[in-house]
Amino acid sequence: MLKQDPLQYRELAAKAVQDKQLHKALGKLRDKFGRNAVNLYNQLSPEHDPRQDAKAVRRKIVDNLDVVLETLAANIRARGGHVHLAETGEDAVEYCLGVAKRFQVRRVVKGKSMLSEEIHLNDALEAAGIETVETDLGEYIVQLKGEAPSHIIAPAIHYTREQVGELFAEKLGEPYTDDPPTLTAMARKALREKMLGADMGISGGNTACAETGHVTIVSNEGNIRMATTMPRVHVVLLGIEKIAATLEDHDILLRMLTRAAAGQKISTYVSYVGGPRLDEEPDGPEEFHLVLVDNGRSRILADPDFREVLHCVRCGGCLNVCPVYMAIGGHSYGSPYCGPIGAVFTPLTQGINACHHLCQGETLCGACKQVCPVDNDLPRMLSLLRFKLANGDARWNVRPQSLPTKLVFGAWSVIMRHRRMYDAMSLLAGFCQRLLPRKNGWIRRLPGPLGGWTRGRDFPPLAKKSFARRWARRDTTRRDA
Amino acid sequence: MTKPTRVTLFIQCIVDSCFPEVGEAMVKVLERQGLTLDYPPDQTCCGQPAFNAGYRDEAARLALHYLDVFEHAEVIVCPSGSCVNMVRHHYMELFAKDPRLLERAKKVAAKTFEFTEFLVDVLGVTDVGATWNGEVTYHDSCHLLRGLGVKDQPRTLLSKVRGLTLVEMTRSDECCGFGGTFSAKYPEISEALLETKLANIQATGTGAVVGCDMGCLMHMQGMIRRRELPISVHHIAEILAGEE
Repeated sequence: MLKQDPLQYRELAAKAVQDKQLHKALGKLRDKFGRNAVNLYNQLSPEHDPRQDAKAVRRKIVDNLDVVLETLAANIRARGGHVHLAETGEDAVEYCLGVAKRFQVRRVVKGKSMLSEEIHLNDALEAAGIETVETDLGEYIVQLKGEAPSHIIAPAIHYTREQVGELFAEKLGEPYTDDPPTLTAMARKALREKMLGADMGISGGNTACAETGHVTIVSNEGNIRMATTMPRVHVVLLGIEKIAATLEDHDILLRMLTRAAAGQKISTYVSYVGGPRLDEEPDGPEEFHLVLVDNGRSRILADPDFREVLHCVRCGGCLNVCPVYMAIGGHSYGSPYCGPIGAVFTPLTQGINACHHLCQGETLCGACKQVCPVDNDLPRMLSLLRFKLANGDARWNVRPQSLPTKLVFGAWSVIMRHRRMYDAMSLLAGFCQRLLPRKNGWIRRLPGPLGGWTRGRDFPPLAKKSFARRWARRDTTRRDA
Repeated sequence: MTKPTRVTLFIQCIVDSCFPEVGEAMVKVLERQGLTLDYPPDQTCCGQPAFNAGYRDEAARLALHYLDVFEHAEVIVCPSGSCVNMVRHHYMELFAKDPRLLERAKKVAAKTFEFTEFLVDVLGVTDVGATWNGEVTYHDSCHLLRGLGVKDQPRTLLSKVRGLTLVEMTRSDECCGFGGTFSAKYPEISEALLETKLANIQATGTGAVVGCDMGCLMHMQGMIRRRELPISVHHIAEILAGEE
């Protein structure tokens, strides 16, 4: 797997904006999924915005997470399942390896788990000599390529079908084709073999329900049903926040999730799992494990400013409308969670300084908030992350990012509060700008950090007379008249 | 609110220093509505550039200055959606912990309006008696659209301009990539967004784009000039001030 680093954001983004193949591949997201989601919300109820119901449900759950988690764990244990609360990613990985060792596992089939990307589970399994095969078609494609997913729900969205054809021809030894059904059949054949010989299944969960004690996995391919029922042991990895208290709450979230994710009223497959096979049941694993992973989430929970980000249901909807994501693709973020949600969640779990580009490299346009099924205010949180970067923050171990910038804004705020100083500075700047190269009146090159603007755009010159001066003269003229 | 007769102008820093003609066009439109205008000379900037970059303390000082300058106005009108969004929404965040300032901010925010919002929602005017010959397309600025919910007002005003035809572009509500300091800090990404926007404008075949926010418009014009593209850029006030 290639190393991911959010500090490479600028370089990766600069390369990605030139990648025509990438933009061709992402085109369908832009015009289909994101807009369909908003249209479907509007069909749900003419009286009120269903996002507000989902938001209220998520807020209630996150605010009472301890009780909800206890209920879920008790109900799963009552059915004979095992529940483990992992404080860190390492802890979760170790637990999975322990289960694998006990079952002498040689092959794992897995899927539908961004969380396993977050905790680098595949690398650990492979290092322990366990063959690990992704069963979701998109995840399988990126795994064959040795890459990370580039979208939360559509991991291989950055590929065109021609590229997938080439990849399958190379890795699966099949003749080249770019016909989607044929490609799917090739993957199915390869994956069926892997699934039949697997000893362990690992999956994520889209949500869980405490009241009933089950984990819900939605998919459009159905592979995950086999990966979770055929092997002898099934382990579910679930972020502690991805849970609903009651079945009623669960249904509200599920409906919003599929709408926001792909513009679907419901997905093709919805699997409810919650324990080992019972005596009278024909299939299912001998053992069932639920690993509830914290990995920095309770720290977010403890901060009222950022708690809202835990409301996220990981639908990926915000990616589908984000103009920045569309221009740079998911890999530029250097994190399993990309796009607007990644730009907030990743810094909070991996360090704000280490992810400063993610906090600063967006336009705050607000499209992500508009499409979010739980009305998460991501722009508000991005803005707050920038505040922490500007001033430092002991609670989140943030160092101030740039002292010179702080000084510039400090001086600017003094000047801007005194109109006379502002006018004097304008006069000075008006004189200085004469030294700058111009074409047709506009400035071709700005000095210093402002030079970024004039890389590809001209900059307007200061007017000879500001509005204030024009107004003052107009008033004088009037009085004279 | 009752229809005001006296309007206080807030001409934000970019318009004041770089595009004063846009401020004058707004003045012309408002005066034609029979309004008396005044302009407090101490005004400068709402603080948005600092706020978006994370320098909230610095932004709060400017916000306080804005309150001092505009507190006694009957109604405040500004030719920029993002500045009004700053006053209406972000001032509340800045003063959240100070009940006295928060109260003052709420009062001032409630009487600060974006230009087209003021004309249509407050004055109830949709036809300002303007004429402008040709086809134009309209760009929805992010903060105006999603922050203030202003979508139909500019379109309604444009539809009543004699001689003007509005042609909608693909994804008129997608960001142009300006984003304040973002545009200078991440030029590669910012330019990529702008290229998409300009391509969508050109695809309308109108050759002219209208907006309500000089931030976006100067960003677009920056690349249009650099690449010498055949697109003209107009603030809506300039269109609405157009006479026969």
